[in-house]
Amino acid sequence: MSQQPPIPVPAGPLGGSSALPAVAAGLGEAPPAAPVPAVPREPLPADVRDRPVPDVSHGAILYLEGVNVAFDGFKAINDLDLSIDDGELRCIIGPNGAGKTTMMDIITGKTRPDSGQVYFGQTVNLLELREAQIAQLGIGRKFQKPTVFQGHSVFENLELAMQADKRVRRSLFAQLDAGQRARIDEVLGIIGLRGHERRPAGALSHGQKQWLEIGMLLMQNPRVLLVDEPVAGMTEQETAQTAELLVSLAGKHSVIVVEHDMAFVRSIARKVTVLHEGHVLAEGTMDQIQANPKVVEVYLGEGA
Amino acid sequence: MRGFLSLHTRTGWLAFATLTALLLIAVPLLNALPADSALHLPDYLVPLLGKFCCYALVALAMDLIWGYTGILSLGHGVFFALGGYSMGMYLMRSMAGQGVYRSQLPDFMVFLNWKELPWFWHGFDQFWFAALMALAVPGVLAFVFGWFAFRSRIKGVYFSIITQALTFALMLLFFRNETGFGGNNGLTDFKQLLGFSLAEPGVKLGLYWISACVLLTVYLLAQAIVHSKFGRVLTAIRDAESRVMFCGYEPLYYKLAVWTLSAVLCGLAGALYVPQVGIINPSELEPTQSIEMAVWTAVGGRGTLAGALLGAATVNGLKSWFTVAAPELWLYVLGALFVGVTLFLPQGLIGLVRRLRPGKTEEVRA
Repeated sequence: MSQQPPIPVPAGPLGGSSALPAVAAGLGEAPPAAPVPAVPREPLPADVRDRPVPDVSHGAILYLEGVNVAFDGFKAINDLDLSIDDGELRCIIGPNGAGKTTMMDIITGKTRPDSGQVYFGQTVNLLELREAQIAQLGIGRKFQKPTVFQGHSVFENLELAMQADKRVRRSLFAQLDAGQRARIDEVLGIIGLRGHERRPAGALSHGQKQWLEIGMLLMQNPRVLLVDEPVAGMTEQETAQTAELLVSLAGKHSVIVVEHDMAFVRSIARKVTVLHEGHVLAEGTMDQIQANPKVVEVYLGEGA
Repeated sequence: MRGFLSLHTRTGWLAFATLTALLLIAVPLLNALPADSALHLPDYLVPLLGKFCCYALVALAMDLIWGYTGILSLGHGVFFALGGYSMGMYLMRSMAGQGVYRSQLPDFMVFLNWKELPWFWHGFDQFWFAALMALAVPGVLAFVFGWFAFRSRIKGVYFSIITQALTFALMLLFFRNETGFGGNNGLTDFKQLLGFSLAEPGVKLGLYWISACVLLTVYLLAQAIVHSKFGRVLTAIRDAESRVMFCGYEPLYYKLAVWTLSAVLCGLAGALYVPQVGIINPSELEPTQSIEMAVWTAVGGRGTLAGALLGAATVNGLKSWFTVAAPELWLYVLGALFVGVTLFLPQGLIGLVRRLRPGKTEEVRA
């Protein structure tokens, strides 16, 4: 598996910290044949032309505080506090209706909270931005049901997702350059779909669609990946490959995984957050979580 | 150049070249044959073919917005009619003094006892102004309408119903004499265009020829659009709009762009249509007209531009034949055609053509 190229990482805010060790490692291993420029290849849209570099000086790439959302009186999210560190792989679990998907909707701008704060780094207030702007900032999202462009080929799916100037008039005359083709090829390798690039995405298997969707996120050079139930409906082997893929992405990206499959969570998680009724119930390693009486009660004792 | 050539497969270019030769060369030649020749194309068929070219242009516009972007408009008659009225206003103004009343005003205004030209008729004595308005008025209306509809994220059947309401409302407005566009009768009895008498067969042939050229040019333009990254984003919006948004695109602007372009193309078609058929009236704004436009595209095959051309030609060819041979049957035939295609040919006639071509498997995009 080829190494992913380093995403443009600011020197300043990170300081000398070792928050992103994999980035430094990635620099050395970049293939010399196709040097990947360290800056965005095309100018970005006016509203994010200077893609704000998130200020992660306090360690957090995503920060939610006191968030509340109610739908018709039902409190889907109830005073939620959550902080995700830069480069972290975080698993979020919780029973149905715990607010996991709503939380992702809030982060990606799909749902506006009734109150609370949502920050990207220290300075970017996500509540002021639209979905597309948040995506342009580098927050990618994978849906529960694999959502790819069925009529397009695998290659075109990745091309469309690639970080670029995504305004209408640019799209009319956009042509791929060699560097961009190399990048697409590289992501094809990462998601294990090399050789499938000409196939229509609609013809892929369920697992392949899930990987393609993850590949589409990677094309956006995201800082944060929000991944909703990545292994639902996957075979055991596909699940294992997905676990490997997500673990390899952490460090370079912050990865937040919402998942029901406990064995899968155990296999990838370093830190787990348990949501319950729109609120953080517990946080810690998988062992700590499983020993936590409150968690046991929510998961096992609901009827008791 | 190579990028342009790659818009089509070799078979595709061959078909396009054949169509071009047929429309631009064969039709005038057959028309020029002596009248007693078996292959002679009678004069009365020339404007009919010109009309078909305009309808095919509408079908292309419809395909861009519906076939490729997945937005079903049931109000494209509005843009077609507005383009037509703009051209009709020029034709009315250019015959000032030659009407029944020998007045400088159009006849219907004399009839209504109006003493001077309403403000919105000014400028239409200039061809360039009318031509500009034929594109600008549909474009601006579509832009404003689309801005509010798409920004409110109105989709699917709701959008279709609103467009249907739009064309109905405009029809009622244009039916009124006070609106100032000839009311029920519309604009008709045209005499000349840029000094050429519209009664001359040569002028009719010329208008047909221009319509065919415009159609073929727009077809190539549309091919270039759907093969660009812009076109791929449109198809992506059709298939998974939320994914497009979370990829960092603003679907609003893409939809607005293609919607407005589609409306402008319809206006162009309307402007070419009116001098050839010699009349524009509010019946073009009837809801069924707009629905029929959608049927052309559906019958030909959505999401394939060649299908739009084929559908418009087939449906209108059948319509012309049936309304002469068995007029009472036409609506049943149209209904049966639509139901049949929906049930048995989801990819339309073009899908059937592709299926019947041996040795060719389904391509991602032809």
